[in-house]
Amino acid sequence: MTARDLLPIAVFAAVAALLPVFVTSGTWLNFAVFTLIVTLAAQGWNILGGYGGQYSFGHAAFFGTAAYATALLQVRFGVNPYLAFALGVMAAGLVGWIIGLLSFRSGLRGSYFALVTLAFAEVFRVLANASAFTGGAAGILIPLDVRPGNFQFASRAIFYWVALALVVAALLITRTLERARLGAHLVAVRENEDAARALGVDALAVKLSAIALSAAITGAAGALYAQYFLYLDSNIAYGTWISVEALLGPIVGGAGTAFGPVIGGILLHSLGELARKLLGSVPGLDLALFGVLLILVVRFPPRDIPGLLRRRARR
Amino acid sequence: MSYLAVENVSKRFGGLLAIGDASFTVEQGSITGLIGPNGAGKTTMFAIVSGFLKPSSGRVLWQGREITGCPPHQLARDGIARTFQIVQPFAGLSVRENIAVGAFLRHRRRADALALAEQVAERVGLSHELDKPAAALTVAGRKRVELAKALATEPKLLLLDEVLAGLNPSEVRDIVPVVRAIRDGGVTVLMIEHVMQAVMNLCDAVHVLAQGRIIAGGTPAEVVGNPAVVEAYLGHGAATRLAGHA
Repeated sequence: MTARDLLPIAVFAAVAALLPVFVTSGTWLNFAVFTLIVTLAAQGWNILGGYGGQYSFGHAAFFGTAAYATALLQVRFGVNPYLAFALGVMAAGLVGWIIGLLSFRSGLRGSYFALVTLAFAEVFRVLANASAFTGGAAGILIPLDVRPGNFQFASRAIFYWVALALVVAALLITRTLERARLGAHLVAVRENEDAARALGVDALAVKLSAIALSAAITGAAGALYAQYFLYLDSNIAYGTWISVEALLGPIVGGAGTAFGPVIGGILLHSLGELARKLLGSVPGLDLALFGVLLILVVRFPPRDIPGLLRRRARR
Repeated sequence: MSYLAVENVSKRFGGLLAIGDASFTVEQGSITGLIGPNGAGKTTMFAIVSGFLKPSSGRVLWQGREITGCPPHQLARDGIARTFQIVQPFAGLSVRENIAVGAFLRHRRRADALALAEQVAERVGLSHELDKPAAALTVAGRKRVELAKALATEPKLLLLDEVLAGLNPSEVRDIVPVVRAIRDGGVTVLMIEHVMQAVMNLCDAVHVLAQGRIIAGGTPAEVVGNPAVVEAYLGHGAATRLAGHA
């Protein structure tokens, strides 16, 4: 990686890190942390969907697995929260690899792959809702014990910085992937799988690496969610909402670009919040707005927002 | 021992016999042509040799080793590269990135892969198009990209599926020396081609496939004089009628 690759990430990190200095309102910091968690989930989706062209509709499976693993390891087995977080991320990566093996080895692509991932997430949701081990429909509560050693902070700002650090780490991972052989192979598989195979690309191995990495990053978002809100139920962890959020950001902001999910995630959540402020709290209004945006983006693909700006500049 | 040997290969698609008991060999360091009328099974044969299809029966030997049924990516790593008749560019990528995908096969570092991509581009005459999107090229340009991608994997055996089809005569004249230079660089070439001028010019040996069977083989001059070949292209009795006119 060159300095030119790293500079935008460094600038973003520096600017975003200053936010809690100016914004001290709890509501707004809460909103910022939530936006960052969703952005992180979207960054995970972007690896497989954006760079690999494999559109998953079920990233909730990874978000939820890591969230539940983090919570359950602490509550049921007394594992250290930081360790539980790491194990949760790994569990999500493993689940991703297994789902990938089952679907990619059978040659599922396009909408078939999307439907299978959606089905997996739904199965997990139903299981988590039914099992006593996961707390069933009542959900699971991580006991409040505010100590830094316990991954719980009195100040929202600290959580904001933790979430930001993870988003920046995901940016660096994405940028490294872009510059590496795996990234080139992944994009080649997206563009034309047969042509890639003819050039020595083991398409199955490449897709499996991508889905495991993708699932682990989205899993980190899930584990962070559990640690921040300290409460989970199956509709939060494995709900369709996070599968949709994870793909909406990159598609609006630019799938297959490092900053796409970050721009998309921040833009969508700011718009949703703005709509709520301006038009009052009609339930589901932000979702309706996201829907309209998605239709517009799919109907008039700008490829991505930076791309649109470049195109304007060239005219 | 032949460099590449196709032995009694058959391929059925349901009730259709695409290739029936075909055998031929390719000598190391040669440019060998595989010709035949449309629908003869040439592209199917390429798909079998390059690992995209498994033959229904028969086997393929390369340097004495059986490679029947090896997956394409494995064969590419071993040193067999192919181009596609219908060009398969990575449409969203630049020419440079297209070629680099091939170059990454033997060069893990991005800088090395990009350097090799540039070098290959120069060999096939794409130096000035490196930063264009692959989708923006003319047919001739895309054929060159197809060739460059395969070359960037640094193959020992290169399978060219109609790299000259759809090109005008002056473009054909430009590409012919490129193919010859590839062979002179130590790469064995097996090519499917319809442009007979190029086949006569380039090939050391030619095999003729018609209706899934190898009906003739030899030097280009021997093959075009073979009555069975003339009839395969022009229909039954054509050879005698032509001889009558002469």
